[in-house]
Order: sequence, then C-alpha cells, then structure tokens
Amino acid sequence: MALLDVRDLHTTFRTDDGLVKAVDGVSFTVEPGKTLGIVGESGSGKSVTCLTIMGLNDRRSASTSGQALFKGADLLAMPKNELRALRGNEISMIFQDPMTSLNPVHTIGRQLVEAVHLHQDVSRSSARSQSLDVLKAVGIPNAERRIDDYPHQFSGGMRQRVMIAMALINHPDLLIADEPTTALDVTTQAQILKLMDTLQKEYGSAIVMITHDLGVVAEIADDVVVMYGAQVVERATAEELFARPSMPYTWGLLGSLPRIDHDVERLAQIPGTPPSLLNPPSGCRFHPRCTYAMSICQSEQPPLASATGSETHLSRCHLDQATRLTEIKKLESGHFAEVT
Amino acid sequence: MSDDLLVVEGLKKHFPVTRGIIFQRQVAAVKAVDGVSFTVKRGETLGVVGESGCGKSTMARCIMRLIEPTAGSVVFDGREITGLSRHELRPIRREMMMVFQDPYASLNPRKRVGAIVGEALEVHKIGTATETKRRVQELLEIVGLNPEHYNRFPHEFSGGQRQRIGVARALAINPKLIVCDEPVSALDVSVQAQILNLLKDLQKEFGLTYVFIAHDLNVVRHISDRVLVMYLGHAVEVATRDELYHHPRHPYTGALLSAVPVPNPELARARQQILLEGDVPSPLNPPSGCWFHPRCPRHHPGVCDVREPQLVAAAGDHRVACHFPLERWPMNAAEMAAPAASASTGAGTATGAP
Repeated sequence: MALLDVRDLHTTFRTDDGLVKAVDGVSFTVEPGKTLGIVGESGSGKSVTCLTIMGLNDRRSASTSGQALFKGADLLAMPKNELRALRGNEISMIFQDPMTSLNPVHTIGRQLVEAVHLHQDVSRSSARSQSLDVLKAVGIPNAERRIDDYPHQFSGGMRQRVMIAMALINHPDLLIADEPTTALDVTTQAQILKLMDTLQKEYGSAIVMITHDLGVVAEIADDVVVMYGAQVVERATAEELFARPSMPYTWGLLGSLPRIDHDVERLAQIPGTPPSLLNPPSGCRFHPRCTYAMSICQSEQPPLASATGSETHLSRCHLDQATRLTEIKKLESGHFAEVT
Repeated sequence: MSDDLLVVEGLKKHFPVTRGIIFQRQVAAVKAVDGVSFTVKRGETLGVVGESGCGKSTMARCIMRLIEPTAGSVVFDGREITGLSRHELRPIRREMMMVFQDPYASLNPRKRVGAIVGEALEVHKIGTATETKRRVQELLEIVGLNPEHYNRFPHEFSGGQRQRIGVARALAINPKLIVCDEPVSALDVSVQAQILNLLKDLQKEFGLTYVFIAHDLNVVRHISDRVLVMYLGHAVEVATRDELYHHPRHPYTGALLSAVPVPNPELARARQQILLEGDVPSPLNPPSGCWFHPRCPRHHPGVCDVREPQLVAAAGDHRVACHFPLERWPMNAAEMAAPAASASTGAGTATGAP
C-alpha cells in the first residue's frame, strides 16, 4: 500500500481579485522509503499542494476538497488534534528558507528538545541526548558545543542541516522538503542532497521533494510529478521522464536548461509566461505557449493518460502516441534543442 | 586599438570594520576582493562564477566605479579609470552599463517604462524628446517587448519582461561593455532561457562585450567564451570555457563541477562527486597560505597553509592559482586526495621559499 495517496486534490483561495485555483485535481502516490520529486515553475501549485496535505493553509481563505490518505487515514478530514499528533512525528516538513524557519531567540538545542517533547514522553536529559545524536547524524561538527548556539551563529548550510535534524528527530515515515537547497550554493547543495540520501537509507523515510530544478530531481528522485498551471501534466519514474519525456511542456523545460554535459548554440525557449491561476486558459493549460497546439487543445482539457504504453508514465496531452514517439526520437538526437 | 577592452590588475576592495562611536578606528577589514586580475577581449563574454560571498558582485561594482576600489587598476578601452573624477568619468559611463539581478528592485516603481529606459539618454543629453521616444520604442522592440507599452509602469510586467526592460535600459546609449550581475538567477527556467537567448542575440547584433556574473555553472557555460572562477575574493582559475569545463586544474573548480546537478538520472548517479567539507571561511579572517586549503581535498600540510599560490599559466591561456593543480579530469575522490608528491609539478608555483 502506498504511504501517501493523494486523490483529486483541489485547493482554492479566495482573494480580492476572485477565486484562485492553486491546486486543481492533483493525484499522486508516494511509496514507503521512496523519493517523489515534484517539479514546476513558480506559481505552478507545487508548494500549495504540500501545504494542503499538511493542513497548513490559512483556513479563512482556503477551501479544499479531495483526499490525502496517509497510511489509509485521510489527512484532510482528520480532526486538528490528530493531525497535530502526526505532524512533526510521522510526517515532517523542511522549508525553503533556513534563515527564517528557525526561531532566532532560542538555542538550537532548545528547539530540538521541544520537537522531541511534543511527541515523546521522555525526560529532559534523554530528549537532549536524542537531539545531540541527530545533530551528529546530520554532520554538525562539535555538536556538543554547538547545541547551545543560536541560529545566527550557524551558516546557511548548517542551518539547513539543523532543519533536517529537527525534521528527522522523531523518525518520520514521510518527509516533505519544499525547495530545501534552493537558497544554498552548489557545493552546499551537493552536501545536503547527499545527506538526505544517506539519512533516507538509514531511517527508511519516504521523501517528497519539491523543486524547480530538474537536475536535483534527476539526482535523488525515484518518481517525478511535473506540475503546470495547478495541474499534474506528467507523472513518471525518473528514468522514464528523462529518457522519454512525453509532452511539449516537459520537452520545453528540458530544452530550456543550459547543461553542463553538452553544448547548444541556442536554448529551446518556451515562449510567453506561465498562466494566471485567477483566469486559466481554456482547454489544455499549456496551449497558449505550445508549439504543437491544435484546435482541440483550446476547447478540451486532455486527461492524464498513459503516454508511451507504460502504466507508470502518464501525461496530459492531445498529441497522438505516434507523433509523440517520433518527436521524442527527434528530440533525443538533437538533445531537445529543436523544440521551437 | 588594442584587443582588450577591459584590463583589471590587482583589484582590491577592503571594507573597513570600525569600532567606537565618535573616534572610529579601524579594527579589521573584510577583504571582499583581494587582488583579482583579468582581461576581457572585445566582443567576448567573460563568465564569473563563485559561491555567494566570494566577491563577484563587489568586483563588478568596482569595475563600474559604483564603489571605489581600495587598490589596483582598471583600464577600460585603453584608459585608466580608477582615480578619475566624477566629471572625467562621465563620458566613460556612456560605454559601460549594468544589468542587475533583481528585476523587481532594480526598476523604479514610480517611473514609466519609457522614462526608465530613456533615462540614460536624458542624463547624457542625447537627442530631443521625440528622438528619445523613438529610440526607446525601438529598444523595447529589440528586446522583444511591445513598443506600445512605453507608458506602462514596471508592476504591470512579469519578472522576465522586467529583466528585458533592464536589458533595454543597458542598451540605450550603445555601450561597449555590459556587466550582467546574476541577470537570470531570479527567473524561472523557461523565462531564463528567453533572456539568455536574447543576450546572445544582442551580442551578435551589436558586437557587445559582456562580463557575466552567475553562480549557476550551467548558465555560465552556455553564455561564456572564457570563465573566471572566484573563491573568497581571489581569482583561482581563468581559462577558455571548454578548457575550464573539460580540464579544470583547480581542485575548487573540480568540486564545483562535480556538484552541479545533471538532468540525467543515469549520469547523475554514476558519476563521482567530490564533496567539499565545511563552509566558505569568513573574508574577515581568511585562512593563511592558500585560501582554499581548509576545505581542499588535495591540501598538503606545510605547503598549502604556508605559501599563497599565485595565478600562473598552466597551459597557454589557462591560468590557475594552486600548488597542486589537477593532472586530469574527471578524478575520483581518492585520486583527488593524492596529488603528485612534488610541489614543483604543474604550475611551477613552488620555486623558492617566500
């Protein structure tokens, strides 16, 4: 059974300008011990999807429907106190900005001990020793001394390590990481990704990794969900997605990346800008920017269906399979350089 | 006319750290840029990479004389520009422009696009009002915006469009050099590609020279002809793009390259990463000897922590500041840790004690 099974998730925000459908019918599953990458540009709904699952949206302006089954229990229908018992315990979250997600007026040790005490009935000294162990596990040098330091005494990479320590302290089954390396330098990013990989093997946690960087996804994800305009547009295993991407948006994303492993004279840019969720385009959300758009794309929304015959590889596109396969072949030979 | 548009020699910028309220005395200095030398040829793009805090932006601002360098010389188009007065600098300002990182903060929200793009024309008293308007509309068209949007405000545009406005502003007075300080790092990938293509097209069309600062090695590789790698205020390696990416000589460059995520799961999982330990040290109190030695996998006690390496030629135009440069690439972690025993190999930096 899947650890997390998200079914037809919708989140709508009421704003002064009207209703914003930030998440529109998103479904995916996360298997125990595996890593799911959610990729998309800013405003594609990837963060809101995860905040909704965690029940962290502002209840006054957000309304939600659908299901998010965690070990069979629906997180969205759960009473607050039960959800609170799960959060930080069986499910935990790492946020993008390590500078603002730690409390600046308490020591690291105190914040870690608090996380232990919220979910475990243990003595203070045992909570402290647990904190020390987890700080060592995430590779903080001189953990005994640094546990009594304040967040400002740590560098960005070290703070992100502390955030990971805090997320892992209760040995969660599911870790949701929202752009955990975006604010970090490449060498630090490599350290943190390596660390998450090691810890995943050690603790057996499943990870949902939200990112805009396809490189990061290729690095650590087993399965990938590509989001565009509040919807899932492609879902596949990492191998399938990078070997046989099956819809124009994913082609465009891969083509627009300057890459260290091969040269292109011109990048394949996607024309235009991502759609407004206040007033999304009719039919396929991507059609105004799509070079393959047909008349059906303007009127009818394509379903999320098997793309290449593989059960695990779904995408949302009206192009017929034969065309897509020939396009994929073409793209492979040209390293996605000839999309536009 | 020489081939080099910009020659920077021993550029330094030290920010003083002071104590005391009335009688301020300097107690230390943050060595943000500490002796960087390089040249930029006409029509080429020099990419500058490095992690945050390595002095890339400070260096750019020194070149532009937006801040005063502490020492060193900047020769632009055959003319020394450090030490020039504001008045003398004015005609030179027409030839160098800058594109900034944050397209939200670098455009005045109270001014219309026409006024923003045309400001340089006005400052340098070029043309009449109608000519300015025509020129601005032409510029908007060049950068792929609708000339009708002349009267709009910056908030009516998306991030990518704003960055186009920033580029149009930089082009307004036909500069020779454009310094781009992280022009695409705030943008989404699909929009980033649009701006990178635009910059390349403009370079071809107008024969521009770029100094392109970025932390993303993929982007720098795509746009640059030559690349300068900075670490803690120093230039550690300069080479042509292909040399640098195929045969990096400095261990730091190697570590940077191996840390870049590759959008290909097979490659990403197969390759050997060289993980650096720890963080970049503070420029307030930089390490002795080689600035990189505390994190360097090839660190040789007694050499690297004592003698400061000089940026010297390793092969042709390829210059590196390292006592034990990499012999080949790629290397795995074990090979990295075992440099050839003699310090005199490679760059010949070890001749004689300091």
